[in-house]
Amino acid sequence: MTRTILPAAPGVGYKPQHFDDILAGAAPVQWLEIHAENYMGDGGRPLAQLRALAERFAISVHGVGLSIGGEGALDPDHLARLKHLIGWLNPASFSEHLAWSTHDSAFLNDLLPLPYTDATLSRVVDHIDQVQQALGRPMLLENPSSYLAFAESSWEEPAFLREIARRSGCGLLLDVNNVFVSATNLGFTPQSYIDAFPLELVGEIHVGGHDTDEDDHGAPLLIDSHGREVADPVWALLDYTLARSGPKPVLIEWDTDVPDWSVLAEEARRADEALSRLRIAA
Amino acid sequence: MSQTAFHHALLDATRPVPQNLTDGMGRPAGRRYAVYRNNVAVSLSEALATGFPATAALLGETNFARLSARFLRQHPPASPLLLQYGAGFPAFLDGIDGLGRLPFLSDIARLDLALRRAYHAADARPIAPEALAALDAETLPAARLHLAPAVQLLASRWPIVEIRAYALGERTAPPASAAQDVIVTRPGFDPLPLPLPAQGFAFAAALRSGMRLGDAVTQCGPGFDPAATLALLLANGAIAAIDTGGAE
Repeated sequence: MTRTILPAAPGVGYKPQHFDDILAGAAPVQWLEIHAENYMGDGGRPLAQLRALAERFAISVHGVGLSIGGEGALDPDHLARLKHLIGWLNPASFSEHLAWSTHDSAFLNDLLPLPYTDATLSRVVDHIDQVQQALGRPMLLENPSSYLAFAESSWEEPAFLREIARRSGCGLLLDVNNVFVSATNLGFTPQSYIDAFPLELVGEIHVGGHDTDEDDHGAPLLIDSHGREVADPVWALLDYTLARSGPKPVLIEWDTDVPDWSVLAEEARRADEALSRLRIAA
Repeated sequence: MSQTAFHHALLDATRPVPQNLTDGMGRPAGRRYAVYRNNVAVSLSEALATGFPATAALLGETNFARLSARFLRQHPPASPLLLQYGAGFPAFLDGIDGLGRLPFLSDIARLDLALRRAYHAADARPIAPEALAALDAETLPAARLHLAPAVQLLASRWPIVEIRAYALGERTAPPASAAQDVIVTRPGFDPLPLPLPAQGFAFAAALRSGMRLGDAVTQCGPGFDPAATLALLLANGAIAAIDTGGAE
């Protein structure tokens, strides 16, 4: 199988319950993203479905378990499993998160936040070097959604990601919903974040739904739940981003309370419209 | 701030929110930290509920949530492969007092786990049911039958196949109270729990250990007839290969 690239078109996060619908006709969806860890079993339906989908669609492998920001060493067993998956599937893209999830060999199944310091920066770069060397390809690193900040941080997130990419040679995955969530939660303007972001390094864009809560002071606290439609201001921020970045692969993420395929396809259609507006404007 | 401090307070809500976390505007993070606590607890609890569906159905939402919350704090996943998470959950349930009304619960959890392992096991093409009958009387006892990687064997003091079906609403008649040995097979992609005939567990376990067919029959004792178990194994795709390779 030859490696393709992700098309500058809508993709969706793949859920097994949509397998038949997708094979029956997925338009306008042109590519699919899977969570790496769900396809690390030895066989059975998950791998059979993935093989079938990979014959028809470009696949993006999105890891949620490497703990690239972890203080400890990367888990060599997990890296080996990832290398095996990337090896046989040869996907169009591999991405992971600027976050940590494993500590003292306990995997906490959440994307936990990092202080943006020089020490974190060099650790993350070392880990990305290790991943890219093991996989024999560059990866994309995704910006997190933040609920709090570290007093010790000395970097702004866009500059931090730019410097990681510069030192490691990785590309970036820009999650526009995460930008909106973090901006609301930490009190900055999302457009200024996009303006500061190295859009030329972006290989993929994510959008997804968020929930709304409140902090101790009654301020809105957005939760990156991936459990509903993309909010209108996030669609607007996608337009703002695409107008500056040019066409990119745009993924709809929907991971909890997963709806019928028709609902997801409608979200993909909205992403397709955003990309079409760009072509008309050009 | 170290990840150790962040980690410990995540799993123990009685610990204070770690220092030096802010809301981005200089105020303490406060309940913002609870978002991470909640994400960890809810996502791992959901992973357990997905991985142990019959156990969860028997306990009901509230009780399952309470037990899974205890389990995930004592035994957080040791790897990012959540499809393997909960191997220690049946033994954990064995240690819980107050489950007297559900004495079979840990065995149901073992069955849930066996079904999940079968679901993710390596693929194997089963032999045709006729392939065994085609062997002559001399070759047959010396043959070794390789069970498919998906095959799981369980012995229980309870009728766990029926209890599971009842718990999941696939059966309305309450289970009869009888011990049950169970084989999980995976003829296609869907694992199947099947009660084994008498002595079927010992026979299948002997085959899996690599024992020759004749020896496997003999060690099940005088009068054991393997026909019923063999028919069940063959009909449900549990045998992946026959090894007739040279007599010793």
